[in-house]
Amino acid sequence: MNSVILAADGVNVAQNVGFGIIAAVMIFAALAVVTTKNVVHAALWLAMVLAGMAAQYILAAAEFVAVSQVMVYIGAVMVLFLFGIMLTRAQIGSETGLNNKSWAVGIPVAVVLFGLLAYVVLDAVEDSTIAEVELTGANNEATLEIADRVLSPYLAPFFGMTFVLLAAAIGAIVLARKD
Amino acid sequence: MLAANFLLLAALLFCIGVFGVIARRNAVMVLMSIELVLSSVNLNLIAFALMNDDVDGQVFALFVIAIAAAEVGVGLAMVLLIYRNRQSISLDELSELKG
Repeated sequence: MNSVILAADGVNVAQNVGFGIIAAVMIFAALAVVTTKNVVHAALWLAMVLAGMAAQYILAAAEFVAVSQVMVYIGAVMVLFLFGIMLTRAQIGSETGLNNKSWAVGIPVAVVLFGLLAYVVLDAVEDSTIAEVELTGANNEATLEIADRVLSPYLAPFFGMTFVLLAAAIGAIVLARKD
Repeated sequence: MLAANFLLLAALLFCIGVFGVIARRNAVMVLMSIELVLSSVNLNLIAFALMNDDVDGQVFALFVIAIAAAEVGVGLAMVLLIYRNRQSISLDELSELKG
C-alpha cells in the first residue's frame, strides 16, 4: 500500500508536490460540486476541477490535451452550463430541493466503488513508477505525433466524430428552438 | 512519480461524480456530475499515455473531450425542452415512462 502515500524516494519530487497540491484542490472542488446548495457555485467549482485537470495534463506532459481542455471545457462547456442554469432557473442563490430524498444512498455506492477501483488499480500497477517526464519547451514532439495519429490511423474515427458533433449541434438547435 | 497517483485521483473523482449523479435531483447538476465522470476518465487516458510512452491515450482523450462537449450540448437542450414543457427540471417528477 505504499502507493497511496505520495512518497518521493527516487522519483521527481517537484512533480509529486505539484501533483499533490493540485489533486487536493481538485478533490475539494469536486466535493463542493456535488454538495453545494447553490447551482451557480457548483458550476464555478466544476470550472475549478476542470482547470486542475488541465494542470494535471501539463504535469503528465500532455500539453495539447491541456490546452484543448481549457478551450473546450472551461471556455465552451462552462458557458453552456451557466446558460443552462440561467434559462432553467431564474432563482440565483442557494435553494432547497437540489438533492433527492434518498440522496444518502449515493454515499455507500461511491465508497464501495472507490474501494473496488482503488483495489484494482493498486493490484494492477503496484509500485511501478512513471518514467520521469521531460518537459522540453521548444520541441513539441507529442503534438506533432498527435497530429500524425489523428490524420492517419485515426482518420475514420475523426471523421465519425465530426459527424457526431454536427449531428449534436443540429439536434441541440432542433430540440431547443421555439416554434 | 508513482503510476498509481493519477489513477487513484481519477478513481476518486469518478466516484464523486457517481455520487453526484445519484444524489442530485436538478438535471443540470446531474449533467455537471457526468462531466466530472467523463473528465476523470480522461485523466486515466492521459496517465496510460504516460505509462506506455505513447500518444494514443492523448488522442483518445481528445476524442472524449469532443464527445463530452456534444453530450453537454444535447443534454442541456433536452433539459431546456423539459423545463419549457413542465416548468421544472426535477428529475424525480419525470415518470411518464413508468408503466
